[in-house]
Amino acid sequence: MASASHAPTPLLKDELDIVIPTIRNLDFLEMWRPFFQPYHLIIVQDGDPSKTIRVPEGFDYELYNRNDINRMLGPKASCISFKDSACRCFGYMVSKKKYIYTIDDDCFVAKDPSGKDINALEQHIKNLLSPSTPFFFNTLYDPYRVGADFVRGYPFSLREGVPTAVSHGLWLNIPDYDAPTQLVKPLERNTRYVDAILTIPKGTLFPMCGMNLAFDRELIGPAMYFGLMGDGQPIGRYDDMWAGWCTKVITDHLGLGVKTGLPYIWHSKASNPFVNLKKEYNGIFWQEELIPFFQSVSLPKDATTVQKCYLELAKQVRAKLGKVDGYFNKLADSMVTWIEAWDELNPPKGGAPTANGPPKK
Amino acid sequence: MRPPSLLSLTLDSALLHIAHIADLSHLPDHLVIDLFRRTLSAGKLTEKVLKLFLATGCEEIILAVQLLNIKQPIVPVLPTRCSESEVDIVIAALQPNLTTFFEAWRPFFSRFHIIVVKDPDMAENLQIPTGFDLKVYTKSDINGVLGASSINFSGHSCRYFGYLVSRKKYVISIDDNCLPVKDTAGSTVDVVAQHMANLKTPATPFFFNTLYDPYRKGVDFVRGYPFSLREGVECMLSCGLWMHNADYDPMTHVVKRNQRNTTYVDAVMTVPLGAMLPVSGINVAFNRDVLGPAMFPGLRLQNEGKHRWDTLEDIWNGLCAKVVCDSLGYGVKTGLPYVMRSDAEAGKALESLKDWEGVKVMDDVLPFFQSLKLSRTAVTVDDCVKGASWNCT
Repeated sequence: MASASHAPTPLLKDELDIVIPTIRNLDFLEMWRPFFQPYHLIIVQDGDPSKTIRVPEGFDYELYNRNDINRMLGPKASCISFKDSACRCFGYMVSKKKYIYTIDDDCFVAKDPSGKDINALEQHIKNLLSPSTPFFFNTLYDPYRVGADFVRGYPFSLREGVPTAVSHGLWLNIPDYDAPTQLVKPLERNTRYVDAILTIPKGTLFPMCGMNLAFDRELIGPAMYFGLMGDGQPIGRYDDMWAGWCTKVITDHLGLGVKTGLPYIWHSKASNPFVNLKKEYNGIFWQEELIPFFQSVSLPKDATTVQKCYLELAKQVRAKLGKVDGYFNKLADSMVTWIEAWDELNPPKGGAPTANGPPKK
Repeated sequence: MRPPSLLSLTLDSALLHIAHIADLSHLPDHLVIDLFRRTLSAGKLTEKVLKLFLATGCEEIILAVQLLNIKQPIVPVLPTRCSESEVDIVIAALQPNLTTFFEAWRPFFSRFHIIVVKDPDMAENLQIPTGFDLKVYTKSDINGVLGASSINFSGHSCRYFGYLVSRKKYVISIDDNCLPVKDTAGSTVDVVAQHMANLKTPATPFFFNTLYDPYRKGVDFVRGYPFSLREGVECMLSCGLWMHNADYDPMTHVVKRNQRNTTYVDAVMTVPLGAMLPVSGINVAFNRDVLGPAMFPGLRLQNEGKHRWDTLEDIWNGLCAKVVCDSLGYGVKTGLPYVMRSDAEAGKALESLKDWEGVKVMDDVLPFFQSLKLSRTAVTVDDCVKGASWNCT
């Protein structure tokens, strides 16, 4: 049986960082103030480092621009994308907390059907703190939710679940469509509030969107590399997709869970579909090769850590996807660089820290 | 003849889109009345549209509704997706008095042929209201058709006899203690229309769509969904859900005796390839032409009783069906529609616990199905089921 906790959700304010990539400003934080103010923010400034990003008063944050990234990682900075929100994964790397919540700067507080403001962060924490159930689909969705449970026929030996590594939230208003769909359906808005959280079954891949995402950095952090996108790269808008496919393969291998569904945020800005089409163009064709690749990946039994799994994945990317396009050889290289950088900035506990300088405020 | 006025053209246009208009209260009364008249003439008055007009508070409309004797709920606009010749509704009668059940379902069932299978263990005669195209099968019919067979059709398993004798392409089956439920907008859910929509639109088992069923109105495939997978595959099984008295095992019923399902999840989704699920027979529909051979009562608990929690036949059936669908490239959907399941049995779970063997059964059954690999040469459902049974021994 699932025992639902009626206790209030812990704030986890000292265990969670909020990572926000931005190129413009952070005015959207005003709306989130009641929910975000207790937390530490890590802001990753993309684009021109000489520009000053205005952060609303009263938030506790550290901000990194391209100069900081170059300074802290040296030559390894090549793995962090430029002119693309993929740069946010630098924030994951420098964080020292157990949990990460990442959100885009055009995402606002949504309302549930009763008109109440949705505290997205609280729901993500609930999702991460309760187990996942990837081995058998529960038809009443998340059995640990108050008011739900495992249905008849659910094996008792599977009712403990596994730790949740990722909580994938959704979006009302502007849906996360690709460019062709945006062009065909420019007026479509997501108005349907689906009141469910569910575990994505083991062996099933999904398109992970980075707009409203939380994860357990200690369980899966190194897999959340958002790839080489943006300036100088032949592809864009596939950063979160790439991270999602890598993450899902690794969570499946390590027996961890991925949830999707609540919470909703309100996505306010529809990006330009013509610009998006240019960015996504290669991705639309490449994903036809990528999906079979990820679906057939098998990781060796001795890959028992996320880093080991990820390095093995990088090897297979080079071997099997290099022939799709030379880009994938570069990507495989940067996947390795990412893990090296991650381990440097996040030495195993007890070891002397070797980070290139303290985080600056 | 004078050309139509701009106002008239506007009202005609509003009429065309009446199903999508959310609020008419800003219109002056005389326009609301004119629109109402046009709606009636066009035959576009549904439960939702009637509510829309009544919400304006216009007295003439309220008077007109009374004078014309328009009642709520009214027979819904007939779903254009399915025809009577395609669908059988199969009801297992485990209680004798089905009057409330059939009266409540009348607006949705009255078009279709209904197969009622009486639990062979039940002595009392069935009470069914008139006005349905309905045939009852009893113990003597079962014995007459099958003679001595190893299949035990008593209790909830009697419905499978209904699947056997049906000649239609689609079958919808609902437990006799379930009634129609209202959705979050307050409209009564047409269970037939929703199951048929699920079965007639593709399923997407190869990749999970985070906005759930991409074929529903107002939604689509999300960014990152491979285009080659957007055609989907044919959906063979539609698993609905239950408000109020959810389908729990007896242990959960006892421990959470006051818990009722009050969360209406407005989604249909495909259960991914390789993922197994517990299919509940309480509210289910399937393509009988194709999947029929896989819909049989294979697993019977030793002390199977008349309560839903005493059974696992539908769970076993669902696992078979899912393995077969996965193997042959068909889809299984879960989610809407909901039915309202009554409390009738809820208090009796404690009695069943004493003899209940359900604790360990699924722990043995599930690994079998998860590891079951059907031969590549099994290309029909028949072959798959035979292949599965071979593996069983």
